[in-house]
Amino acid sequence: MRIPPGLTAGDFGSAVTQFEQVVGREWVFTSDEDLNLYRDAYSPLFGEPEERVASGAVAPNSVEQVQQVVKIANTYKIPIYPISTGRNLGYGGAAPAYSGSVVLDLKRMNRILEVSERNASCLVEPGVSYFDLCKYIEDKNLKLWVDVPDPGWGSVIGNALDHGGGYTTALYRNHFDAHCGMEVVLANGEVIRTGMGALPGAGTWQQFKFGVGPWIDGIFSQSNFGIVTKMGFWLMPIPDAYLSGTVSVPRHSDLIRLVDILTYIENAGVSNGMPMIGMLGSGFPGLGGPRDKELGALLARPGGAPPEEIERLALQKGIPYWNCSLRFYGPAKAVAAQWEHTKEKFSAIPGATFQDGELLRLPLTPEQRQRVHKPEFGIPSLEMFSIGARSEINPNPTNGHMWFSPIIPRTGEAVFEAQRVLSQASRDLKLPFNISAIPTMYWLRAFVLIIAFPITRDIATNKRNRDAFNRLVQIAAEHGWGEYRTAPVFMDAVAGAYSYNSNALMRFHETIKDAVDPNGIISAGRYGIWPKHLRGNRA
Amino acid sequence: MTRIMRRMRIGRIPRIGLLAGGAILLCTGQLMGQVSTVDDARVERGRAVYQYWCATCHSSGPGMPGTTALAAKYKGKQPSVPAVLEERTDLTEASVKFFVRQGVSVMAPFRKTEISDADLEDLISYLTRSKAR
Repeated sequence: MRIPPGLTAGDFGSAVTQFEQVVGREWVFTSDEDLNLYRDAYSPLFGEPEERVASGAVAPNSVEQVQQVVKIANTYKIPIYPISTGRNLGYGGAAPAYSGSVVLDLKRMNRILEVSERNASCLVEPGVSYFDLCKYIEDKNLKLWVDVPDPGWGSVIGNALDHGGGYTTALYRNHFDAHCGMEVVLANGEVIRTGMGALPGAGTWQQFKFGVGPWIDGIFSQSNFGIVTKMGFWLMPIPDAYLSGTVSVPRHSDLIRLVDILTYIENAGVSNGMPMIGMLGSGFPGLGGPRDKELGALLARPGGAPPEEIERLALQKGIPYWNCSLRFYGPAKAVAAQWEHTKEKFSAIPGATFQDGELLRLPLTPEQRQRVHKPEFGIPSLEMFSIGARSEINPNPTNGHMWFSPIIPRTGEAVFEAQRVLSQASRDLKLPFNISAIPTMYWLRAFVLIIAFPITRDIATNKRNRDAFNRLVQIAAEHGWGEYRTAPVFMDAVAGAYSYNSNALMRFHETIKDAVDPNGIISAGRYGIWPKHLRGNRA
Repeated sequence: MTRIMRRMRIGRIPRIGLLAGGAILLCTGQLMGQVSTVDDARVERGRAVYQYWCATCHSSGPGMPGTTALAAKYKGKQPSVPAVLEERTDLTEASVKFFVRQGVSVMAPFRKTEISDADLEDLISYLTRSKAR
């Protein structure tokens, strides 16, 4: 049997027996064969001695069982690591951040406790996936959409807690923002409910986020202060129609005005869907380069090509440098008028051209469901896993991916700066590809760059990519860009970049950690927050 | 052979109609009614496991990375192998178990809280059902 760090075999054996009494023997895992299933298949440390692995796994089926397991862990000071569906692939999967932890696998807690069509909201447990919630809604023929991220098997709660995003309207695609009310088990086994959930008898837990006093929900995201066992979410009433349209502008420098107008259009509520910016006729960032081969070759050149050279070739070929697709959800007449207004605004850019997308009445027909980009219509899928998977154009599949995803300012100038800096970094780090840094807009108000690094089963390649990744985190931080989310192996580096006033924010996190989890049992190391006894030399 | 396969062989259930994509297996094993019901129930449960865990990546149609990957894998080499997993007749208990518990390429393995050992047995019954004919 593997033993968690700091424990004796005897104590761990006693704890395992108690875990078994709580959840049943079948749901406590200690054999290598079972624990191998908790390895992060996308770990950049896969197969190395430093790989983060579990010493055990316990799978409770109710909040009461979670409380009891936590009390046992607290008694024996066993590091535990809660996961929801364990499918946060690219950001850690089911493996703990602190090697040797016992994974608290909440997949069996998969109850959809309430879906209210009247209130357009739901209350779910951590094991509920987007597939589950969407199927429930469809089976009951409720007129609601769930904003889904790319991997449909992700946990609705887990994705929100890790600050995941989706593709429908601005109100819903920031999954943490779209939540309303939590239930949390603390390290001492006590249960709290946040917002109106704290008021006995309130019928407004999923209606009003704040209750009264400090709104503490945020401290349970990307952290290790408690175990979220229920969470409410606001859902989107199925709109009447969907319309998309594309704006194209010819020159490299046009991006500056394009972004400014886009920002106005979104902040003013003219367009409520997720815009996507593409370069030289490419599709969604990360999914394929320009369709024109010559331009594609120019971009794929190690270290990239200067924008002037690209613009010259693009102008010759009549291919606009930038395109931006916008999406509108609402009544058919309203979305048509919103697109018209949008076109008027973008016409201020000389040479801007427009392409009207198809107006789709909702809900979609089965045929339409097949051909659309599913997450834009609240349809969960696993389509995104085509990244790196074997295909006719990719005969050598990867073993997964990890994401470098810094937040940068929402201006054209910032994109140019990021492209310049990251292209230079691609050259300096001798990456086999050029980071083209096309921004995405899961969230209002800021850009995020989403850059995939392959995971392989070759230790030397993974090490090279890890080193490059760590260097990129530093380079980004030097320019004021920080990652919004990351895999456990990079959490210390990423969190460390948020260092204002001698790491005052991290020290505050640590103060909370010590107060609410004095034995430091929950998710040690998650997002750089370590319990006192593992903090090492850091002040 | 596996416990399940052994049971199926003992049962000798001649299946005369497997409705592609349908939910009903017709059997002529009336004399073995008890056994065929048990095994058919297992295949049906396995079909449900397949639908829930595998079909989202391995069905036919666009946007199915598993199917795209297997099509590319066998193209030119073993063109007779269908890219859609549930259409295959060459899968064995060992191969299904291996891929579910070890994963392959971008497909991570499945934990027992996702696909339990009992679910896996059912899934194996479903994916190897052609061998039981």
